[in-house]
Amino acid sequence: MASELQTQVRTFILENYLFTDDESALGPDESLLDRGIVDSTGMLEIIMFIEDELGVQVADEEMIPENLDSVNRIAAFVGRKR
Amino acid sequence: MVAAIRHRGPDDEGYFVAPGIGLGHARLSIIDVQGGKQPIHNEDESIWICYNGEVFNYIELREDLVKRGHSFYTSTDTEVIAHMYEEFGPDFVHKLNGQFAISLWDANRQRLLLVRDRVGILPLYYASDDDHLVFSSEVKGLLASGHVSAELDPTALDDLLTFWCPVAPKTIFAGVQQVRPGEMVILENGSITTRQYWDWDYPADGEFLQGDPQGLADELEDLLSDATRIRLRADVPVGAYLSGGLDSSSLVALIKKQELSELRTFSIAFESKAHDESSYQAEMSQHLGTQHSRIRCSQQDIAGKFMSSVWHGESPILRTAPIPMNLLSGLVRQNDFKVVLTGEGADEVLGGYDIFKEAKVREFWSRNSDSAWRPKLLQRLYPYLDFSGGRNQAYLKNFFGDGFDSIDQLSFAHQPRWNMTSQIKMFYSDEFKDSVVQDAPARFEAAANRAWPSWRRFNRWEYVEAKTILPGYILSSQGDRMLMANSVEGRFPYLDHRVIEFARRLPPKFKMRGMCEKYLLKRAMRDCLPESITNRTKQPYRAPNAEALASESEFDEMADLLSPASVANAGYFDPGRVSMLLNKARRSRTLGERDNMAFVGILSTQAWHRLFVEGNNEQL
Repeated sequence: MASELQTQVRTFILENYLFTDDESALGPDESLLDRGIVDSTGMLEIIMFIEDELGVQVADEEMIPENLDSVNRIAAFVGRKR
Repeated sequence: MVAAIRHRGPDDEGYFVAPGIGLGHARLSIIDVQGGKQPIHNEDESIWICYNGEVFNYIELREDLVKRGHSFYTSTDTEVIAHMYEEFGPDFVHKLNGQFAISLWDANRQRLLLVRDRVGILPLYYASDDDHLVFSSEVKGLLASGHVSAELDPTALDDLLTFWCPVAPKTIFAGVQQVRPGEMVILENGSITTRQYWDWDYPADGEFLQGDPQGLADELEDLLSDATRIRLRADVPVGAYLSGGLDSSSLVALIKKQELSELRTFSIAFESKAHDESSYQAEMSQHLGTQHSRIRCSQQDIAGKFMSSVWHGESPILRTAPIPMNLLSGLVRQNDFKVVLTGEGADEVLGGYDIFKEAKVREFWSRNSDSAWRPKLLQRLYPYLDFSGGRNQAYLKNFFGDGFDSIDQLSFAHQPRWNMTSQIKMFYSDEFKDSVVQDAPARFEAAANRAWPSWRRFNRWEYVEAKTILPGYILSSQGDRMLMANSVEGRFPYLDHRVIEFARRLPPKFKMRGMCEKYLLKRAMRDCLPESITNRTKQPYRAPNAEALASESEFDEMADLLSPASVANAGYFDPGRVSMLLNKARRSRTLGERDNMAFVGILSTQAWHRLFVEGNNEQL
């Protein structure tokens, strides 16, 4: 069962990058890079979303795929930082 | 049909009608203003011609024809073409130096020729069924004939959402073909044949020009000077576009060398600082002593001219950059000029585009794909990308590092762009998606010049650019169509075929030396231009995109074009996804590159549908 945080992240990505509310369009562990869903501008938008909407600051060295490359990784990263 | 393209030639009109054939012409009078009415014929009226364009070497060709016994009743370049055909048959075209869309009727053979210039500066469209062939400089003419109805070709839209334009002979209109650049279409005995009389081609290794760079730079300057000289031939005043970049500055310097007493130059300034080059324009105008006029383009202007630019361009667009060119040609016309020289083509012919640099870096990076410092060369290309500390590396590699295993492929340089542009296709409606076979790159490669594997990689990249964006977007959507929207003719010295045929034999290192683009052009022009221009970092010509269009207050038709009902009615895109994109565009101050292209592309496709499919080709 997805947590509220996972749902929030997934909804943001679905609406802003895939332009759909169809949840089946993106699996929780699918790579945003490999799917071509985000480019470097898109990454900036995701970081702004994490900082502005989820209330977590992202340090330079944290801007790596291990933290940001899927719904679950973003949710886990934000969860750890909160 | 002629009335539908009156904007291309508001000065006069003329017709030739005989059993089985009709030619019509809307004239923009530039050479032999009084006597040049078309159609024009040869001595015994067995050959008739209507054409749009200029043959710049017509004076020399005419002298030769007179020696061969031909007599002339006008002073036009048009009449020269009729006699050239009479003398040399269809091979006459090899001797023309110019830009042209020719229709020629040979009454004795009952043969119609449609001929387009080598690189596609001027447009020429046709459609045929069992009984008729209709042709026109714009699709509007064909629609007015009653033989063609406006319908979108799904494969052509798929091309456009890959390469930025349909690749000739396709057009966005189903059933309408364009004569390919460098092609001749022949209708004879009821059958249509085509002949490619010229194509982009490059040497195999070992066949490049030998010589020291200075000698080659001198030769390039001589060729460009002559290309410019013959493009100043006109019986009306000729001006020039001056953007403040290397290409137009070099061109204006070459014009000034022809010792014109006074030269008028024209440019666009943007309210947005990110797009504005007016300080460079002022510097060059002062340096070369031109009388300069400038038009300031605001976001409201982009929105205000959007529909008319789609109407004139007859195609969806992925960037708004054509629209200011529509304003600029309007400025030219307001100043009573109808001919301008312009610098397009230098990037394609002499190695100017960032995409070539980008491919060089990717090629270099691919030799050691784990290298952390090799991709840092990209920072010189894209200073706004942050490369510090190795972060972003994964994202960079995902975009730029794509295709390291396809380095020898024809589309290696363009594949990242094509992949990104193709993401717009996620907005297709389910029904439309089912109607398209998404194989644009494969189709392009299958139709390419078969010699490409023998070319250097750099030449392959140039070829792809010259066969896709140059004719389909730069010279069309952003070129001829925006010029002719205001009845202005553009002339392109860098696309003189002698310049192209010289440049393609240059070793690639003389086009892009390291990361220095257009090296030989800079070397050729360095004594004529201030260092601030030759050393300037290249600024690609761009205009404000979604931010100029997304606000309902500035563009009231936008909300209606993108409403779920309009999007569903046109059928190409998914209304729900388009609404989410519109919301994002309204919410975000700046959209990323892909979303910007998606927004402008979808909006302009909807506008195209409204104007041509629903609007029934009514004049805008």
